[in-house]
Amino acid sequence: MKKSYKIDVDCANCANKMENAAKHTPGVKDAVVNFMLLKMHVEFEEGQNPKEVMEAVRKNCKKVEDDCEIFL
Amino acid sequence: MNKKQKKMLIRIVIAAVLLIVLSFVPVGGWIRFLCYMAPYLIIGYDILLKAFKGIKNRQVFDECFLMAVATVGAIALALYEQNGDYTEAIAVMLFYQVGEWFQSYAVGKSRRNISELMDIRPDYANIEQDGKLEQVDPDEVEIGSVIVVQPGEKVPIDGVIVEGASTLNTSALTGESLPRDAAEGDEIISGCINMTGLLKIRTTKEFGESTVSKILDLVENASSRKSKSEDFISRFARVYTPAVCYAALALAILPPVVRMLVLGSSPEWGNWIYRALTFLVISCPCALVISIPLSFFAGIGGASNAGVLVKGSNYLETLSKTKVVVFDKTGTLTQGVFEVNAVHHNQMNEEKLLEYAALAESASSHPISKSIQRAYGKEIDRSRVTNIRELSGNGVMACVDGVEVAAGNDKLMEHLGVPYIGCHMVGTIIHMAVNGEYEGHIVISDVVKPHAKEAVRMLKKAGIKKTVMLTGDSGKVADQVAAELGIDQVYSELLPADKVEKVEELIKTKPEKEALAFVGDGINDAPVLRRADIGIAMGAMGSDAAIEAADVVLMDDDPLKISKAIRISRKCLGIVYQNIVFAIGIKLICLLLGAVGIANMWLAIFADVGVMILAVLNAIRALFVKNL
Repeated sequence: MKKSYKIDVDCANCANKMENAAKHTPGVKDAVVNFMLLKMHVEFEEGQNPKEVMEAVRKNCKKVEDDCEIFL
Repeated sequence: MNKKQKKMLIRIVIAAVLLIVLSFVPVGGWIRFLCYMAPYLIIGYDILLKAFKGIKNRQVFDECFLMAVATVGAIALALYEQNGDYTEAIAVMLFYQVGEWFQSYAVGKSRRNISELMDIRPDYANIEQDGKLEQVDPDEVEIGSVIVVQPGEKVPIDGVIVEGASTLNTSALTGESLPRDAAEGDEIISGCINMTGLLKIRTTKEFGESTVSKILDLVENASSRKSKSEDFISRFARVYTPAVCYAALALAILPPVVRMLVLGSSPEWGNWIYRALTFLVISCPCALVISIPLSFFAGIGGASNAGVLVKGSNYLETLSKTKVVVFDKTGTLTQGVFEVNAVHHNQMNEEKLLEYAALAESASSHPISKSIQRAYGKEIDRSRVTNIRELSGNGVMACVDGVEVAAGNDKLMEHLGVPYIGCHMVGTIIHMAVNGEYEGHIVISDVVKPHAKEAVRMLKKAGIKKTVMLTGDSGKVADQVAAELGIDQVYSELLPADKVEKVEELIKTKPEKEALAFVGDGINDAPVLRRADIGIAMGAMGSDAAIEAADVVLMDDDPLKISKAIRISRKCLGIVYQNIVFAIGIKLICLLLGAVGIANMWLAIFADVGVMILAVLNAIRALFVKNL
């Protein structure tokens, strides 16, 4: 399943870091952050609950870049 | 400016004013230190906080960390040397924040510019209810409903016009500024702007399946497919920041230790630590990390404004390397519509001959019959025609105004025993026999697009080494078209599967680094479009198959757009390489100057912020593709 979310982040490097953090979150198959459009496209693994996974993704992203936001 | 940017601007101004005022206040010692801490904390508290959080979360090496270490280090150095020079540290933080602010502003601005450029999303659809127009969400309109589009409004959903006639502005979709006429019964594509008359449209698709939604979806997802250059930059940044930090640490420790132990001179700790801090300030990778994706984004945005949809940064990159262009003939270089090219008449005059032909063929819906009827141009009175006999594969015989007319190919004439004259022109020949007498023939052929020849010439000018044409048509027709257009190589009488094979052959024979582009009209070329390095589909307005299979979609069917697309991609990639070389080059030079002690922190700040601003401005250039 694929979903996209609006995000807010200030710099391109931070967006890269968010992408990495999201990719390494359990339950996420693949994630792409588009800094220019401020969007995050997430592909979930089979049978995962996107809501729960995204909470974890947000937590991980906050860890690498304090000043970011994902609008769930 | 958004809230964040406004707040930042206020902080920048307060800190700058405080700094200037303080430079006129003669205080010394600890009071001086405390005074200077005020602007420092105003401008830099968030950076210090972020750096601290970064360390706590084990994400040590980011730019906040670099800035925090550099400025705290500079302040500590000033305290240690007791010279009271805190200005430098504060200025470094100040300029860093100015740079960040500018970056955020510039990116926000270009983000808005580009999305304005692609602003074709209709916000509402009008539905007539009880004689009144009601605005509804286009998502809620069901297939088959009738929507009303007033002059000046965007067509929200694909459909067929049931009432009204108007002129449409399609420039948002095709980049073509010439307006297009539409009348009752015509298909209409969402995203066009209705210019003159009121239109009632019966929708044939849902909003999500309509052209405009597909295009938006495609362009929005385009920058998610990253190019090799972008991958290179993100990998580079990942290695680069830690590497510079360790280098700075080494610069701070090794030379003084060597001086002390090996040379026996004074270690000059202060001097070397200062150089190491300068090193850290220079090192921020933001110029690279921001400008490369921004260039691609601007390039894709500019291209879509010119009616060229590129599905990803990676395709833009491959497109710029194109050296071989393979064309499909029908529908790409030619219009794919048959047209009467010439009428070679005997004794009967041309118009009369065409009239007989049109009347005889009036019952047929074959493309060739249609083309004759079109060429005749007048209303056909069917009552004049009787006793129509179609001889499948050969032609038609009919009685027109009581006269026996036969229209058909060589075989029909042989069958009737009428001696006929062959034609020097290439195409489908319709011989005409009236009352058993040979009266001449009509030549029907596919017409070459008006810009096709120029398009091939422009491609050559753009540095394309080889142009190839593939077609299922006969060799004679293919050779003639190729010669007319100046195409290098022709393969004719191919089945669709043969086309894939030929393209594979061509891919094998070209050098690895050069790309092969295939241009087709997208309807029956999907496998070839996929197989080529770059698949370009043209005339894609409304054809979903083409949008799916191709990497680059030309919104209208003008072949000139092919060379334009290549030029746009070259410009964009040129800017990307300029930025990579420029940013890495200046940084390396400054790092070197910093290491040997020539560059001070002021230069370091230029290397960081200045380079970034220049790179961002350069990236925006990719947006301007009108005059390419």
